[in-house]
Amino acid sequence: MSEIAYTKKEIAELVDGRLVPEGVHRMLSMPKDAGRFKTYLSVLQERVKWKHRIVLPYAARLYVTTSDAGRDWVIRCECGHAFCDWQQNWKLEALVYVRDTKEKLDEVYPRLMSPDPSWQVLREYYCPECGTLHDVEAPTPWYPVIHDFEPDIEAFYTEWLGEPVPQRHR
Amino acid sequence: MTPRRVSTAESNQAEPISPAHSPQRRGIVRGGETLKEHRGRVVEATRRTGHYAGLERLALKEEDPILYEKMFSKVRAGLVHARETAKKIAASPIVEQEGELCFTLYNAAGDSVATSTGIIIHVGTMGAAIKYMIENGWEENPGIDPGDIFTNNDCSIGNVHPCDVAAIVPVFHQGELIGWVGGVTHVIDTGAVSPGSMCTGQATRFGDGYQVTCRKTGTNDEPLRDWLHESQRSVRTTKYWILDERTRIAGCHMIRALVEELIEEEGIEAWDRFAYEVVEDGRRGLQRRLRSLLVPGTYRQAAFVDVPYAHPDVHLVTPQARVNTIMHTASEITVRPEGTWKLDFEGSSRWGLHSYNANPVAFTSGIWVMMTQTLVPTERINDGAYYGTEFRLPRGTWMNPDDRRTAHAYSWHFLVSSWTSLWRGISRGYLARGFLEEVNAGNANTSNWLQGGGVNQWGESHAANSFEASAEGTGATAVRDGLDHAAAIWNPEGDMGDMEIWEIAEPLLYLGRNVKTNSAGYGRYRGGCGFETLRMVWGAKDWTMFFMGNGYMVSDWGLMGGYPSAAGYRFEAHQTGLEERIREGRSLPLGGDGDPDALGYEAHLGPDARVKRDQQACTTESTFEDYDLYLNYLRGGPGFGDPLEREPKAIESDLNGKYLLPRFAESVYGAVFTRDEHGTFAVDEARTAARRAEIRKARIARAVPVRTWMKEERERILAKDASIQVRHMYASCFAGSEPFRREFRSFWSLPESWTLQEREIVAEDPSYGYGSIAREPLDALPDVKRIVLTEE
Repeated sequence: MSEIAYTKKEIAELVDGRLVPEGVHRMLSMPKDAGRFKTYLSVLQERVKWKHRIVLPYAARLYVTTSDAGRDWVIRCECGHAFCDWQQNWKLEALVYVRDTKEKLDEVYPRLMSPDPSWQVLREYYCPECGTLHDVEAPTPWYPVIHDFEPDIEAFYTEWLGEPVPQRHR
Repeated sequence: MTPRRVSTAESNQAEPISPAHSPQRRGIVRGGETLKEHRGRVVEATRRTGHYAGLERLALKEEDPILYEKMFSKVRAGLVHARETAKKIAASPIVEQEGELCFTLYNAAGDSVATSTGIIIHVGTMGAAIKYMIENGWEENPGIDPGDIFTNNDCSIGNVHPCDVAAIVPVFHQGELIGWVGGVTHVIDTGAVSPGSMCTGQATRFGDGYQVTCRKTGTNDEPLRDWLHESQRSVRTTKYWILDERTRIAGCHMIRALVEELIEEEGIEAWDRFAYEVVEDGRRGLQRRLRSLLVPGTYRQAAFVDVPYAHPDVHLVTPQARVNTIMHTASEITVRPEGTWKLDFEGSSRWGLHSYNANPVAFTSGIWVMMTQTLVPTERINDGAYYGTEFRLPRGTWMNPDDRRTAHAYSWHFLVSSWTSLWRGISRGYLARGFLEEVNAGNANTSNWLQGGGVNQWGESHAANSFEASAEGTGATAVRDGLDHAAAIWNPEGDMGDMEIWEIAEPLLYLGRNVKTNSAGYGRYRGGCGFETLRMVWGAKDWTMFFMGNGYMVSDWGLMGGYPSAAGYRFEAHQTGLEERIREGRSLPLGGDGDPDALGYEAHLGPDARVKRDQQACTTESTFEDYDLYLNYLRGGPGFGDPLEREPKAIESDLNGKYLLPRFAESVYGAVFTRDEHGTFAVDEARTAARRAEIRKARIARAVPVRTWMKEERERILAKDASIQVRHMYASCFAGSEPFRREFRSFWSLPESWTLQEREIVAEDPSYGYGSIAREPLDALPDVKRIVLTEE
């Protein structure tokens, strides 16, 4: 890894989408900064309203976090709602709205520019507490709910970062 | 002069790979090995050590890093320079305007050392052709000599589609082979059943265009006369064909001269080391990037695209191909703690009776086009990345056909749609690490393809393929919107081209060239919008055109709450009455088709106009007369994040720039806005915030727990309640993949008695049976050795 580093302010601006284009371009074109994960985590941790520690950012508004005593890590919405154990598919514990008719698809696309529901549907997965739209799947009917990311967090901390693994209860 | 041999001691390498110590000359490779022996030694050393060619040390790089870097820079600069210079020889706007060409330098084993800019999918495809020649005895027959030129565009041995024609030139030093140069251009026509380079009217190879298998087409640096005569009369656009060939040969010869000069300056021993170390260096570079950018673990994706052939505007001479079906790519990326990775495509659809099949090398090599835009954004793209990746492409799938009959003319139809899902996968890793600048929701389906042909405005037999598709919307990132009408995944150097040039090249006048409103996927950051051009036929004779793109499905999903970009559609109009309207000075259909549901163009056509405005975005040739219209709609990119988080000012800007239709600003973004007397929109931030809070509540109210929905969906599956194209997709995927069938059954808790077999679909429509049983693999042909470069 290089010695390139960014300030916490720069990373916070990146998270907010407010980093100036030149700054984003620099990040894209230069070698990656080894300290990014730590800075990023501290920026995110300061913003969330709950006490649990972020173990790994999992999606735009989802995190793998520590949990209450005696429980393993969980997948948690930014609003605080805990979906499930971190190794489970959070979508199975979400709310879903399936756009499987032209009328439902008309709400989101011009009719001629939306999929034909006999070929494809949209599945919108919401947080049951805050209504955040966390994912939109666009498969054919019948397609299993995709478990899209299973991180090997222990290997990431110990072998890639060289950091202790956040406490967990199995 | 006898070449100086490098001994083991001199080279200080564990496994010196080139040249060999051959007491008796047997072959043409420097040192005396045959090509087959040489490649065999490279492959075996790689397998045994896990390092390319057994290079556990990068001796040249470590001992003389300045020389190593100097050599790389010279080679790379020479490749780029050759591409930029040679493309000026071409007359085809595809090459000259869009830059659809690429040059690559290979070592003697056929592994790429470095490549130019451009359509770098060919970093691997031309290497596959070289390996085919090596393993199939080209050294003995027809022989490989200095000054030879070989031509290949055969899709069964690695090429993407027949229109990518490659010239391959061996590089000799003092009479011994030390490498190869390949140059490829995308030709405008290949003499397929329909004009245009990526046509749709054929269901098998025997209509896919003129294909040449590593044929010796030149000696002493000159094309052979029989080749020139035969090949010209095998295609429609002879002028472009010949000038494209000169482009390829000129570029190859420039690079060959560069290598000769480099060896003159630095010595042959330096080349011997460099040409192999650079591949191992590339392999290591990929592993470093994996560790520095991703998170170990498993990433899963799915991708789909429509094949809507049961339609009256799809005319096929192969009746059994006239079916609707869906192509599926399941992908699983495993990033291991040691920094290696595997890409597994178990469960993907079988090859089919359409021109969207792909050779494994086209699939894997093409992935590097994408990865150079994200994971390995360096100029050091060579076969090192291939050696650093384990691919598993199950035999019999669309990306690894086990039948030589397959057509490939528009393999990109599903290549681009499959790879967009890989962006999503690796973007999860980027986001987890905090590299938000690298996150990308995906790429657009790079269509429409305006294609056709006939006699053009200059009275010449002509084929058209508008490469405006080089400028689609790109995917949103986690920090900003995608780029509008900017790029295509297959050519990072792409460009939409100048209208004036297209109007010279094609008998099609522009009545509009605009941003395609509402084509981008919504999100906190939206995808880039595509664009659209309205073309009026003028000056043509015997002219036909067709559409090629996705219509009933979107192939690029959004990411983390972002929406897919919009689906495609077609608009064409005949008997338009425009000749009369122009003469009378009446209004004309001009500009964009802003809201396709509003039928805006139709208000400016004559009473007898025959309009086709529907989702059949894939057709075969139909006749177009002067004053007929064709809308070329280039797709947008997918979005990132919940649209309710989009900045109100960004929505306002989208509305005022006509990137977004007002009704979707309301329904999707929850924007509350006003419009003044000049038509300028202003979004009210406070009222928008209140409206968004209501939308969140409404979402919760209308949705159901996933497990509740799953029970209902399971009932539909038990009842086999789905369209025939959906059922055919599952039945053929189940037939080809027991793991996919097992996982499907397990996910839905289906009883053992539930099956979905192809014979059920065939009972409904016998056409679906074609290709489900019989096979004719390439290596069933006599004297053919198939080159297998991936796990099957």
